[in-house]
Amino acid sequence: MLLRRLGEMVFVMAGISVLVFLIFFATPGADPAARIAGRNASPDVLAAVRHDFGFDQPLWVQYLLLMKRLFVTGDLTSFVNRGQKVIPSILQAVPVTLSLLIGAAVLWVAVSVAIGVTAALTRGTIVDRALMILGLVGVSMPVFWVGEVANLITQSRYHDSWFFSWVPALGYVPLTQDPVGWFKALVIPWVTLAILYIGLYGRVLRASLIEAYHEDFIRTARAKGLGEGRVLVRHALRTSLVTFVSLFGLDFGALVGGGTLLTEIVFGLQGVGFLTFNALQNLDLPVIMATVMYASFFVVASNAVVDLLYAALDPRVRLARA
Amino acid sequence: MVALVGLLVIALACLAAPLYAARVSGTDPFASNISGSVSIDGQDVAVMQAETEGLGFGTTPIGPTWRGPYFLGADTQGRDVMARLLYGGQNSLIIAGSATLITLVVAAVLGIVAGFFGGWIDIVLSRLLDILWAFPVFLLAISLSVVTIGHGLVIGPVTIGSDSLLLPILIIALVYVPYVARPIRGQVLQLRRTEFVLAARGLGVPRGRILRVDVLPNVATTLIVFAPLTMALNMIIESALSFLSIGVQSPQASWGTIIEDGQSLLYTRPLVAIAPGVAIVLTVLALNVLGDGVRDALDPRAKLKMR
Amino acid sequence: MPEAADEPLLRVEDLCVSFRSERGLLRAVDRLSFTVAPGEILAVVGESGSGKSLTSLAVMGLIDDPNAVLTGSIRYRGRELVGLPRRELRKVRGDEIAMIFQDPMSAMTPVYTIGWQIAEQVQAHSRLTRRQARARAVDLLGEMGMPNPAIQVDRYPHQLSGGMRQRAMIAMALSCNPSLLIADEPTTALDVTVQAQILRLVEQLRRDHGSSIVFITHDMGVVAEIADRVMVMYAGKVVERGPKPDLFATPGHPYTVGLLDSIPPMAGAKPRRLPAIPGAPPSPADRPDGCPFGPRCAHRHDSCRVDPPLYRRGRQDVSCTLVPEGADA
Repeated sequence: MLLRRLGEMVFVMAGISVLVFLIFFATPGADPAARIAGRNASPDVLAAVRHDFGFDQPLWVQYLLLMKRLFVTGDLTSFVNRGQKVIPSILQAVPVTLSLLIGAAVLWVAVSVAIGVTAALTRGTIVDRALMILGLVGVSMPVFWVGEVANLITQSRYHDSWFFSWVPALGYVPLTQDPVGWFKALVIPWVTLAILYIGLYGRVLRASLIEAYHEDFIRTARAKGLGEGRVLVRHALRTSLVTFVSLFGLDFGALVGGGTLLTEIVFGLQGVGFLTFNALQNLDLPVIMATVMYASFFVVASNAVVDLLYAALDPRVRLARA
Repeated sequence: MVALVGLLVIALACLAAPLYAARVSGTDPFASNISGSVSIDGQDVAVMQAETEGLGFGTTPIGPTWRGPYFLGADTQGRDVMARLLYGGQNSLIIAGSATLITLVVAAVLGIVAGFFGGWIDIVLSRLLDILWAFPVFLLAISLSVVTIGHGLVIGPVTIGSDSLLLPILIIALVYVPYVARPIRGQVLQLRRTEFVLAARGLGVPRGRILRVDVLPNVATTLIVFAPLTMALNMIIESALSFLSIGVQSPQASWGTIIEDGQSLLYTRPLVAIAPGVAIVLTVLALNVLGDGVRDALDPRAKLKMR
Repeated sequence: MPEAADEPLLRVEDLCVSFRSERGLLRAVDRLSFTVAPGEILAVVGESGSGKSLTSLAVMGLIDDPNAVLTGSIRYRGRELVGLPRRELRKVRGDEIAMIFQDPMSAMTPVYTIGWQIAEQVQAHSRLTRRQARARAVDLLGEMGMPNPAIQVDRYPHQLSGGMRQRAMIAMALSCNPSLLIADEPTTALDVTVQAQILRLVEQLRRDHGSSIVFITHDMGVVAEIADRVMVMYAGKVVERGPKPDLFATPGHPYTVGLLDSIPPMAGAKPRRLPAIPGAPPSPADRPDGCPFGPRCAHRHDSCRVDPPLYRRGRQDVSCTLVPEGADA
């Protein structure tokens, strides 16, 4: 069971690595050497670059070499900034992405639970409708645009008003250096990133709570003489948790891997997404390969974790497997 | 209903872009107009105005005039933002719409083939879809765009230029295929095991007929449910690619590229970036509302979850 | 308030449950009155849609549809339950009046063990610690005839058989020694042998705890085995009620006659087909004027155009115009 799972993970990641490799080396019209050598490079220079980077070797040799240096020796270096080791630069970017993501996740879980519960309890009323439309608006806003507008408000227009004067200039402040500065620098990015998920999760939770409230066991819980609060938390919310948690696992996995790219770019946070985008623009294949592998690892791993969580949260699933 | 009307209004307004550019704005929305001027209340005002603050070297494009020419002001090239907004809307809608069509058709074919025929075809297709699915959507889209944007795409005799709208259309279409194909495969698998299909096969009804009578109508319903939601996702990803300047290429516009143009003017002429964003939000919101409505109407148990 | 000696445990008067709908106010339970004496088993009989389940939910205060309108009076030990604040109602619910539902699979929360769910109810109404509540759950499961209660207590509902689940459900309902137990078709989902065991359990409960039981069913066979008194409901109304022997010996309402005819005979030749009442009960939306059973009744005549009141006949009450004539004759 566990071995099969692991095998699947390796298979999918290998597939993605081949895909990335093919996209960047075998796409008609794409020539990494030309990109590295510059626009007006002479044929001699181009040939030298080709040889230098090993582009004149067969594709499969290049692929294997890349994989070896990424996974075995771990000394993969960038094409663009020669000598820059890829793995350390990713590790350097991870805390930035994690800082952004964890804060946003706390925010979106708390707010979306509040919204979902409120909407479910006030079902059919104006409050419910308003919350659900707001949620849909949140889902419909491109995150980079929200970031721009947030910057406009907090960095320029109202920066001098008492309300936003605390917002520091764009960029990341390490937690270990200055916790307060870290917090201040990230509040606006947190909110920006969280908006989409607040809308999404609020709506999903409302739907599954309403579904739960139609179940017979809610009537039983009331017949037992339990308070409404306990019925809500221990029975309705608890049974809705499965959907919510699995959704969260998948989204969190995708975001850790660099799904925060747009938010990082808009707020000038040099996280994994930022690093990935820079590498992509420069066709810096070693960095691209490493970051994409890193990202897909989290996607695949979060899938596995969600399966485990499913079993942990729902005894019917757990016992069916055992 | 409101959503549908809203969508139609937006689409019609965008279709009227050439009319607007010719009759109302009176300038070419694709050519820079740095030294031009515009008459406001009988006074000639330069489109690019000298900066009064700071060192006074730079220029700032004219702000919103709230009338005919330069209704929403100009961008850094002195182009009429309102006219570009309408043209850009055309592109955004065309890209998202055609990509949706392609995604749904390809996904339906893959899903049906994998689900209905099973065996090694299913194994190969499912694995491929698994790999695509585990590839983070944005990374895949950006990777494909970055590679093709420089030189275009050459497939045998067919060359797609780097400024062609076909590039973003194909890329966006491909990216969401697994998200639709996987549920459709599941649905077909489930249908194949239902008793009426088993009975039909037992009676010797040919496969083609089962496919046509039992499978296709069910899959069609799913596709209709997915259509508006897929298009909403496509709108968002198109704008993101264009915002990163790897989608629609200048001098063509899309709502994403206008936001990008507006980025450098964010603090002086914020409307340039805000207006296309509002257009995106309204369109995507309408699509999402429509999607909810369609799903409630066709799939009351709302089992199809797209994420 | 001192309790009169002959004061019933539960007295329901003029209970109406209606639903607001596009077609106006639909009455699902129509001016229903009945009493339950201490230690008595009252069987409520009727087809689905006759309003019997809704009546039990009304007594529990569990009708939470925002479009439902409830009027009338429900007195428990002389205390009015209709309009009682939620907090007060909650103290009665589960503690003094408990309920068993038809399908214990869907009526128990799937993610908790049966022990946890029983202990939850115990702790809601007492100051027992978690450990004591759990011990109580084990005792109760044992009392309900569950083998190895100390092990079963940690099982999830889906791991048990239908009969064991219903035992757990009953154990939960009895965990606070309620004076009134409402059982809504507790044996319908079970096979016949398990059904007999559960019925024995219900009788034992009355004997040991002296509880009153309202037993809702559509199965006249079950009624014959367990009831002291019977109330037959049709289209939200009582059509006949009385002590079981009287009602079974001399059923007054054509509907009751029809229900009794549908019991398979215990001895003698099996009929090829049990007689059935033709037609289906009317929905609240299109109840006929006059006697609600009229359209399905073989004895319909002109005076059925007016809805008959309950006529007294011996120890029975019957809502049929044939009764006064028959009683006179």
